[in-house]
Formats: sequence, structure tokens, C-alpha cells
Amino acid sequence: MAIVDVKTEITGTVWKIEASVGASLGEDDPILILESMKMEIPVAAPESGTLVEILVAEGDTVTEGSVVARIQA
Amino acid sequence: MSGAGNIRRVLVANRGEIARRVFRSCRALGLETVAVYSEVDRNAAHVSDAGRSVHIGPAPARDSYLAADKVLAAARDSGADAIHPGYGFLSENAGFAEAVLAEGLAWIGPQPDVILAMGDKQRARDLASASGVPVVPGSGRFAEGETDGLAEAAARVGYPLLVKAAAGGGGIGMRRVDNEADLVKTVAATQSMASKSFGDGSIFLERFVPKARHIEIQVFGFGDGSAIHLFERDCSLQRRFQKVIEESPAPGLPDAVRAAMAEAALRLTRAVRYAGAGTVEFIVDAESFEFFFLEMNTRIQVEHPVTEMVTGRDLVAMQIRLAGGAQQPIAQSDIACRGHAIECRLYAENPAKMFMPSPGKLERFAPPAESGHLRIDSGYRQGDTVTPFYDPMLAKVVTFGGDRAQARERAVAALRAFEVEGLRCNRDFLIACLIDNAFARGDLHTGFIDANKASLVAA
Repeated sequence: MAIVDVKTEITGTVWKIEASVGASLGEDDPILILESMKMEIPVAAPESGTLVEILVAEGDTVTEGSVVARIQA
Repeated sequence: MSGAGNIRRVLVANRGEIARRVFRSCRALGLETVAVYSEVDRNAAHVSDAGRSVHIGPAPARDSYLAADKVLAAARDSGADAIHPGYGFLSENAGFAEAVLAEGLAWIGPQPDVILAMGDKQRARDLASASGVPVVPGSGRFAEGETDGLAEAAARVGYPLLVKAAAGGGGIGMRRVDNEADLVKTVAATQSMASKSFGDGSIFLERFVPKARHIEIQVFGFGDGSAIHLFERDCSLQRRFQKVIEESPAPGLPDAVRAAMAEAALRLTRAVRYAGAGTVEFIVDAESFEFFFLEMNTRIQVEHPVTEMVTGRDLVAMQIRLAGGAQQPIAQSDIACRGHAIECRLYAENPAKMFMPSPGKLERFAPPAESGHLRIDSGYRQGDTVTPFYDPMLAKVVTFGGDRAQARERAVAALRAFEVEGLRCNRDFLIACLIDNAFARGDLHTGFIDANKASLVAA
């Protein structure tokens, strides 16, 4: 049971959180949606598992490579 | 009286390169300038350019550049007597234009009712059609949740087709459908998206031309039913329905088609008694050169510099003079198109990763020196931070040549000399497009980038 970090590939602001802690996610299921330069970019689960932590809130600014959530795979 | 009639002090309700661009024409006309800025733009180049500046709110556009009341208050506080909206933000917001006029200020743009009519894609189509401008085969509207008669309407329009949000624009809110099996699902998804994004879930269907060019006519109306055109721009090179490279004239466009398109654009411009600079966009079948009305943009366009390069006209100065009541009529015969101009949009994005945005700090940002055949419009300077809050455009690199080959060579040279470090940008991708054989031949179409992505990105 590994804990997997979910990282963002881009710098942007958190527009919407799509999943709740405790949710069971499949690979590529959206966790949150970022907004950057007039685009909406989803951050998805890198593999299936349970969402154990969301480290950001709507409106937060995140930078490329930062961990935004954790999944128990 | 200045060079712009009763206008003395212009507030630009925008940021970045277009704010700077408008200020340049203001200075040439002897006008005072006012910038507005959000928190993250406090030290931006457009603020330093202006004689006065007003802080209008936090970084998100809805709380600053889109906040009509704050922009109007800034105009009041700074003693501005005119507002230029640039492009994007409030530029095509008829309610804002009306509010500006109600304040007793000059609105440097077309009449609010014209903005409103053209902003509604279905009404714009109807107006074009009534003016004898060819339109793409399309359907009536389907409100959110409405699917009765959809399959029949789609069959009349023909596949492949696009599902378009009636209140959308600029490529936002449209989806392609290739056959009846995907129709209902895609329509429902587009209605739901449109309802959330625009507060109006209505959609309509429109024929999709598989190999299409996007060619637009620059027009200028004098508000009394008279108008001129300033030839065309080919804007076929796009990614995600956003333009990347534009040029004038359109390569390989037969003269008779060029003339017919300009005449069609003028019919619509005259019919609505258009006041100011506008653009009538057409989709052109790359094989048959049939052309269809797409939409009319009621503002100055990002790519207006290519037109200025080949015609020698200052479109922004013309807009300002017209709003100030000082624009003399211009005869069509006085507008000539000389040489060739190409604009490349340098974006902070990563072509290798689906053109994902790449905000960051411009550790190095050194454009080549401008000259008679090189123009650089940019809102950034070395050391500036490109934030995720606004569009990704770093600069427009515009070159002029005696012919297309020369304009193209100069664009390649200018981009090669343009030093950018600190974030990812599409500089090398633009160069790869310019030196691509099909591009060099003028074999342009809106699917060009997608079709050649592998070779363009690898280059």
C-alpha cells in the first residue's frame, strides 16, 4: 500500500476541486482543475487508489512540480 | 483640440502589449494616457508607459480587468475622457460600452448595439445572410436539454459538423461531430458547458469544412454607412482554435475571390453602419475557395499589425480619431496593399506538451532591434514575471518584406535572434513552421499544426 504523490505539471491557480478525500479513484480520474493562462487543465490520478489528502484549496496558486494531493494506491 | 478632436486623455482598459500599442498611437496624436493595472501588474511595462495609472484590484481578471465598475471609477478618478478597450476583456461587452457612453465618455469602439448583435453568433449570421454574405450551412438554436429534431437538423447541415455555443466565441465552446452516433451526447455536453461558462446553454450546428483556411477582412466603418476595407489576413495557422501565425496578403488567394470577400465584408459593415475598426472573419475552402462568413469581431484584432505593415495605416489612431469626431473620410482608392507582412505570436507555452501554458520569470528577454521591416509588440521586459492569470502571449514578431519569401526569411532571422530564458516558449516551434516546405509553398489550412505536429515539435 504505497502513498503516491500527485504532482501538477504546470503553474496555475486551483479553479475547482473535483474529488473528496476518501474517494476511490481510477487512473486518470480528475482530482482538481487548474486554471492557467485562460486554460483549464485537469490534474488526474496517476494511478488508481484512494484519495487520502488534498493539499490545496480553490484559489491557491500552485507551481509546476508541486504536490497537490496524495493517493493510497 | 488635439489630433483626436474632443479627446484629450485616453484610459486603456487592458494590459500588456495592446495597452502599450494603444498608448503609442495616443502619444503620436498628442493625447494623455491612463493605465489600469491589477495587483500582479503593478510594475508592468504598460503601467510605466502611461502618464497616469490606477490600481483596479487583485490579479484574477474578473476582479480587475473585467470589473466594469472599477474601470469606470478609474476613468472618473483619472479625468479620462475616452476609453479604449483593446482586445479581450471588456472589448466586446456591449453593456460596458453603453456604461462608458452613459458616463459622458468617448467609447473607442463600435456602437453598443452593433457589439451586441455581432456577439450573438446566430444574430450575426442572420445579419450577414440578410446582407448577401455567404454563410456556412447551419441550424437553428437548441436550448439546453432540447434535442427534438436534432438529427434531422444535423442531416440538413451535413457531417462533419461543429456544435457551437450560441454565446461562445474565439474557438471557445465548440465541438466536432463526425456522425449521428456521437450527435446527442456531444450536443448535451456542449449545452451543459455553455450553460456553465456563458450562462446560456443554447447551441447551434454548423457545417465543418475539413480543409479550411481562415481568412479575414479588416474593415473600417465611418458610422454613417460608409466603410473601407484594408485587405485580408490569412490566420490559418492555429492551435486549439487560437491563432499562431498571421499574414497579409493571403498566399495563393485568387484576386477574384479576394475582391468578392472584401465586397461581402463591406456589405455587412455598411448594413450595420459600423463605426471604427472591425474584422469580418471567413472560413475558406482551401480547395474550391468557396468562402463562408464566420463572425465579425467588433474590436481591434491581435494581428492588426500585419495590416498596418502592408497598408502603412495606423488603425488605432484611426479608431481614436473617429471616436473624437476628427477622422476625415478615407477613399477606398487611397488604401493600397504593398509587399507582404507576417506576424508570429511568441507564447509562453510548451509545444512538446500539447502547448501547455508555461508561466515563469523572464530571466532573459532580449528581442532583436526593431527596424523599418521588423516590429515587436510586447508587454514584457527582461526580469518580468509572466503570471498564470492572463493570456500566454509574450510578444508579436511582425516582419515586412517585398514579397512573402523575404517576409518569411526576416521572421526566421528575427525569431532566431530573440533570446528568451526562464520559461518555455514556442520560439523554435514558430521557426519550424516558417521553414516548413508546405508553409513556404503557402499550403495553409487550419489543421496544418495538428497534421504536422510531430515534425514541427521535433525540429
